[in-house]
Amino acid sequence: MSDTPIEEMTFEQAMAELEDVVGKLERGDVALEESITLYERGAALRKRCEAKLKEAEEKVHAITLDAEGNPTGTKPVEGL
Amino acid sequence: MDLIDDAAETGNTPEFTVSELSGAVKRVIEGEFGFVRIRGEVGRVSRPRSGHVYLDLKDDRAVIAGVMWKGVAARQQTQPEEGMEVVATGRLTTFPGQSKYQIVIEDLRPAGAGALMAMLEKRKAQLQAEGLFDAARKKPLPYLPEIIGVVTSPSGAVIRDILHRLRDRFPRKVLIWPVAVQGAACAPEVARAITGFNALSDGGALPRPDLLIVARGGGSVEDLWGFNEEIVARAAAASDIPLISAVGHETDTTLIDFVSDRRAPTPTAAAELAVPVRMELLSWVDEAGARMTRAMGQRAEARGQRLRDLARALPRPEALLQGPRQRLDTRGDRLPQALIRLVDRQRLRLSDHAGALRPGTLSRTVTAERQRLSDRIARLSPALERLVKGRREALARRADGLSLRPLQRDISVGRERLDGLERRLIEAGRQRNLALRQRLDALDRLRETLGYRETLRRGYAVVRADGNVVTTKSAAEKSAGLEIEFADGKLKIGGGAAPRKAKPKPPEQGSLF
Repeated sequence: MSDTPIEEMTFEQAMAELEDVVGKLERGDVALEESITLYERGAALRKRCEAKLKEAEEKVHAITLDAEGNPTGTKPVEGL
Repeated sequence: MDLIDDAAETGNTPEFTVSELSGAVKRVIEGEFGFVRIRGEVGRVSRPRSGHVYLDLKDDRAVIAGVMWKGVAARQQTQPEEGMEVVATGRLTTFPGQSKYQIVIEDLRPAGAGALMAMLEKRKAQLQAEGLFDAARKKPLPYLPEIIGVVTSPSGAVIRDILHRLRDRFPRKVLIWPVAVQGAACAPEVARAITGFNALSDGGALPRPDLLIVARGGGSVEDLWGFNEEIVARAAAASDIPLISAVGHETDTTLIDFVSDRRAPTPTAAAELAVPVRMELLSWVDEAGARMTRAMGQRAEARGQRLRDLARALPRPEALLQGPRQRLDTRGDRLPQALIRLVDRQRLRLSDHAGALRPGTLSRTVTAERQRLSDRIARLSPALERLVKGRREALARRADGLSLRPLQRDISVGRERLDGLERRLIEAGRQRNLALRQRLDALDRLRETLGYRETLRRGYAVVRADGNVVTTKSAAEKSAGLEIEFADGKLKIGGGAAPRKAKPKPPEQGSLF
């Protein structure tokens, strides 16, 4: 298990651990008590994954540059 | 030149000022070479801050200086580099102040694709030798980047393709760094964009992307040439942010493709490498949840089944109790009767004994016992007195026999023996003392006869010097004064000097004999 709290995990971390949890539960080689803990963790991981998948917002900005070519800020880009 | 030669032939040579001649030369050269194409190898190139480009064109025998004004240089698809074989188009002009001429280049192209490719190969070999293409340098792409930085032209099909494909797969935040994707500005701008994205910090005003895409649509080799430039390749190699290159079509390979972490054949493909498909992930997560629930359900079902099986194997509680209950019933039935029988039996025994038990019998026994008791009491007192009297008489008899006299006799006899022993001890001590003293006197006399002083009495003398015994004549001659000891005293001879040693040696020196 990773030390990262679930709420801070990247999608990839949460997904990898969820896969692991599901595998363990399916193999059925854990004690009943532990399987309940695992199930609860799996549910939390799934929630994290879903939350990360919900953050699917498209936001396109272009960087604005000054005459020297240094970035000064961004402006939204639309219509592409 | 012709003009001067002609003038010389006339013999009537006109006289020019320097400026006049220079002006004439300028007119001739600019008139004659107002538009030329020249092929040669690029020599030294310099790019001052003004933006103009100065370069030499040369072949094996001659060199012509050239200049590309800023505006022209920016338009060129290929930037001149030392060693490049080029065809330049432009006009000649002179520089009267320095007696020089040069070509003002309007257009510069590599002399055929072969020249360009040869250069590219040379550059590639150089970067490869530096290890910039090593597989170990390549960073893994993030599975799901939060922010994607795209270095490309802000208008055109490329960015649209990328955004469309991202939208289809997994909409993300996209930051576009606008650059020129061809011409002289392309390479420096692309390099600057890559470096610029890397310079952003996570918490800064501009968010730092966790993935970069450098993209350009298809075009000629010259169009794509900016992505073959060394500064672009070096900037991409130095990028800490994983970088996907997507330049041109699938068949086009530019230098940046060798140093990027992944090469995408097209901009659309770059978007596919960049993000996973959201719907697939959603259904994967759903599936994972379902698998988890199913696994738990199956597990619970399996346990439940096992529990039921075990429960079936357990005997029913009633069955366990039947036997004992039956025994209880039987015994329970028999108990009252048995009890009644027992009571009857005991009652019978009681009544047998009760017949013999009457108060008269009891009081007779009590009276008899009491009689026996009072008889014994009457005999008890005289018997006791008799016993005490007898004992007292015995005691008196013994006390008579006890007396001090035999003891006193024993003591006086012992004392006399002690006195006798004491007298004998004293006598024996005196005898022993006397004998020892006589022996000591005899020994002392013997000592006197053996000592050297007795010898002195027989006429010998001891000679000393400075307190030491002198035994030879030579020693006697050396000493300042001598002292002779006779039996009746000591005599000093000669020197008169006091003995230097104040402490004379004791005379018991035995070495004389």
